[in-house]
Amino acid sequence: MANIQEKITKLFPDATFEEGEILLVNIPDAKWHDLAKCLKEDADLHFDYLVTIVGMDWKDKFGCVYYLRSTTDNVQISVKVTTEDRENPMLHSVSDVWNIATVYEREVYDFFGIIFINNPDMRRLFLSIDWKGYPLRKDYDMSPENNPVPRENERQEDVTYTYVENENGKVEKKTITLFEPNDFVVNIGPQHPATHGVLRFRTAVDGETIKKIDFYSGYIHRGIEKLCEGLTYPQTLHFMDRMDYFSGHHYHHALCMVYEKALGIEISRRAQVIRVLMDELARIASHCLFLGTYCMDLGATTMLFYTLRVREQILDIMERTCGARMTFNYGCIGGVMQDLHPDFVKDVKALLAVLPANIKEYNKLFIGNVIAKGRLENVGSLSREDAISYGVTGPSGRASGWACDVRKTHPYSIYGELDFEEVVYTEGDSMSRTKLRIAEMEQSARIIEQLIDNIPEGEYCVKVPKVIKLPAGHWFQMVEGCRGVFGVYIESDGGTSPARLKLAPPCLPLANVVDHLTRGSKIADLITIGGSLDYIVPDIDR
Amino acid sequence: MEVTTKSMPYEAWKDNEYIEQLVEELKANGTNVIVGSFDKLINWGRSNSIWPLTFATSCCGIEFVSLGAARYDMARFGWEVARSSPRQADFMMVAGTIVHRMAPVMRRLYDQLAEPKYVIATGSCAISGGPFRNSYHVVKGIDEIVPVDVYLPGCPPRPEAMIYAIMQLSRKMKVEKFFGGVNRKEKIEEFLAAHPEESYD
Repeated sequence: MANIQEKITKLFPDATFEEGEILLVNIPDAKWHDLAKCLKEDADLHFDYLVTIVGMDWKDKFGCVYYLRSTTDNVQISVKVTTEDRENPMLHSVSDVWNIATVYEREVYDFFGIIFINNPDMRRLFLSIDWKGYPLRKDYDMSPENNPVPRENERQEDVTYTYVENENGKVEKKTITLFEPNDFVVNIGPQHPATHGVLRFRTAVDGETIKKIDFYSGYIHRGIEKLCEGLTYPQTLHFMDRMDYFSGHHYHHALCMVYEKALGIEISRRAQVIRVLMDELARIASHCLFLGTYCMDLGATTMLFYTLRVREQILDIMERTCGARMTFNYGCIGGVMQDLHPDFVKDVKALLAVLPANIKEYNKLFIGNVIAKGRLENVGSLSREDAISYGVTGPSGRASGWACDVRKTHPYSIYGELDFEEVVYTEGDSMSRTKLRIAEMEQSARIIEQLIDNIPEGEYCVKVPKVIKLPAGHWFQMVEGCRGVFGVYIESDGGTSPARLKLAPPCLPLANVVDHLTRGSKIADLITIGGSLDYIVPDIDR
Repeated sequence: MEVTTKSMPYEAWKDNEYIEQLVEELKANGTNVIVGSFDKLINWGRSNSIWPLTFATSCCGIEFVSLGAARYDMARFGWEVARSSPRQADFMMVAGTIVHRMAPVMRRLYDQLAEPKYVIATGSCAISGGPFRNSYHVVKGIDEIVPVDVYLPGCPPRPEAMIYAIMQLSRKMKVEKFFGGVNRKEKIEEFLAAHPEESYD
């Protein structure tokens, strides 16, 4: 840390630093683009992965907090850039440094109205072009009369805007058309069985070849981040089940950990083991459903019945303990909601006994299938560099050779003590993404095997104050969800509800990379590629 | 007022006043002997092959997938033919939150369904906005946009509950008058008059 600080000070004397769990660099906006370039390209620093951009409204000023990670030595750093102009807030874009910044900056623009100079695509991301106001600003008017439920079709524009600085330092707005005049644009979604929810792709095609995809989101944007600002800390937890509804346990885990970190609560080992067990069970269930629905997208209905057999068995185990099939709401601040069901160990052992045979069957039925091979191999290949630049994490990132598993890079809970492998493939095509998920199921089973006989005795939830108040400050926590890295940023002003809760989902980058992956491939491959990335739309939109 | 189903005795239905009243309303004007028999025949067929539109925005949709799989197996009831095109479907299971951007799209899907059409509001989000009711971007219940036949509570409802809801819908179909009466149609027209049609270019 110290030498990073020295190095930055030498190059950028304006930078100031705040020590914390992650080093925070304050930099004036004018220098930010140079610093970003330096942070990424310098061989010693090499912060090549932009985890997330947190837009902020501190009432007196707007700003962004950038979370960066180096993929060589996994060091993390955060950078804060602010502007005091409330009328016309502007910051410099870093979309040319990290590809994923383009869409993250669009999100910040949508929520806070901060314009990013030089970002090639300054449109709103989730809300319609006629939306009045920027919802995550503290002075946003929430009254429904302001933005009534639309009765008519949404107004569409085929252009996007970019803001560039001219020689005099004045910012000009420029219009860019999204598609060429002779492009044939096919609309895929929002109501389409293979988009995995209500996502829309505006696809420019030349015959059957895809030229460009404009990914259009917001059909399930529920404003969870804004809602959380009006709720107490324990109340915010239940939203975690409803974003990526397969990673409910993981997301709960992340948010609980960040609160516990802020409060300085040490949870019992029993609670930690239970959380990890649930995480891994959920991972198996999620990958099972992925395989089933993916095959259904490709036209093979039978597989769904095979994979859902295991998933239902896992859901039964969870239901007995948590009381629900999908929205468990099991993690709580200080541990878990209730103790394990008496039959939990027996049920899990029964699952572990049948799992290997099932996995073998999946491999035989699908992976070894000639048609599957023909449709998946060498389709939608993603290189390691692109995976990092586009922020594609989770199984999709690991299939491209990027070892990005948070359980290994920044072990949380008890993952550091567990013996499991991080499966990494190098091909990066749809087939390797599919195979990797099956291999991960085996690894998850391995983790469960290690823990199931050694669930320690103790309390499942430590005593926490009835009214939870976080001290003023900010915290960040990442976990490995089923689809990739899930990050939570929390800022507290010392009250009973968060001043800002930013959820950084893994699925937004996954949907964003579809355009890059499908260019030049056939339109049928769009389904293959989109399915293999396995994004969950409510997770993109939040 | 009794509507019989082979698979379930009348006492097992957790009926409420609303349903009793609805059945009474549907049966109010008496039945013509000839037309009524045709109605009975057609309704018997219709109520046993209700085809859903695959329409899911969030969590409830996954439970709908479970409903289609082997364990809950909706094929037993003749509902398994989930159609992706609204023109081929009989009813729409609105599974998940409907937000502002989605609202006109959903209305359009509803308009595209062929008559006679039905809507089941699945889960608390579709009924009232659920946990997201206070949000700036969420529709507070889909009955603002389309007429709803069955409300199915839960977050998400279990597949068993979904079976119950669709069975209720099929009971409703059984007492409708397809030929003579227009009692159902009137209701939709009334609703559509109150919620004007969107303008298509």
